Amino acid sequence: MMRRLPSLLCLLALLTSGVVFAQAIDPLPFKDRAEEVRFQKLTRELRCLVCQNENLADSNADLARDLRHEVFDQMQAGKSDDQIKQYLVDRYSDFVLYDPPVKAGTLLLWFGPLAILLAGAGVVVFTIRKRGRTETPIDSATNDQGEDW
Amino acid sequence: MRRMIPFFAFVLLAGLLGFGIWWNTQHDQREVPSPLINKPAPAFVLPKLDEPSRTVSRDSMLGKPYLINVFGSWCIACGEEHPVLMSEGKNIGVPLVGYNYKDAPENAKAWLAQHGNPYDLIIADEEGRTAIDFGVYGAPESFLVDAKGVIRYKHIGPLTSDVIAKELKPAIAALAKEQP
Repeated sequence: MMRRLPSLLCLLALLTSGVVFAQAIDPLPFKDRAEEVRFQKLTRELRCLVCQNENLADSNADLARDLRHEVFDQMQAGKSDDQIKQYLVDRYSDFVLYDPPVKAGTLLLWFGPLAILLAGAGVVVFTIRKRGRTETPIDSATNDQGEDW
Repeated sequence: MRRMIPFFAFVLLAGLLGFGIWWNTQHDQREVPSPLINKPAPAFVLPKLDEPSRTVSRDSMLGKPYLINVFGSWCIACGEEHPVLMSEGKNIGVPLVGYNYKDAPENAKAWLAQHGNPYDLIIADEEGRTAIDFGVYGAPESFLVDAKGVIRYKHIGPLTSDVIAKELKPAIAALAKEQP
């Protein structure tokens, strides 16, 4: 048992340090669990502007911390999620949203993949129909196809 | 001709890839377009760096265009920009307002004493709260504010001689033309 003690202590230190660290990043005084969940969800949908592939919830950047506090303060002031998002969009543009709104500038982003999928499906349908027409009456067409590709 | 189709498809994809590479070298991918362009600057009230008891506000600055330059002694890119402001800051034709961002006043003063002070006026935002209203997300950033207090141009990143000549000076010249 004594031989195991150091490793157990290490394990304990590792486990607790994670907890302490996580709290030290952002000790925000949430009044209940629901509020914290709402805060976490909201900051996960917002992009950090300094390290642009991180969301506000995860980022360690100074500005991200400031913005988290801003979000928290506005939640305390009774603002809705949409109002808080709008506050940030007014200052940092749609770029802060991980879920960009559908509008003229984002049509390609939203529907581009669908358009490409439909175009691909169109080509497939067109090809199958054309083959269906040419291949059934003439047997030798199969040879042609093999050579072609 | 049919057997050339894969080749054409390849050329098309290669062209698209080439365009993507070219496009990404042409602009700064980190740059976030500011929604504040052509909108009134946020109503700030900030203390002066050298005289914290006196404040400067947007309304007290009305009447004359000026350039706000966000900087901090901790900011490496600001150090790169600094010599350009020292040599060209006086020649741009509008007052240069330093915006000391999230900086301890004594650090800012020491930094300016060491590298020189290109600013006509310096305001201090130690907390960085007002900077959020300006949509600042990294220093250095520069905002050109016109006589009516409207933001007319923003540059993100260090001002260079090239940017000043090609973007900033034309923007300032356009402002001068508007004034009766």
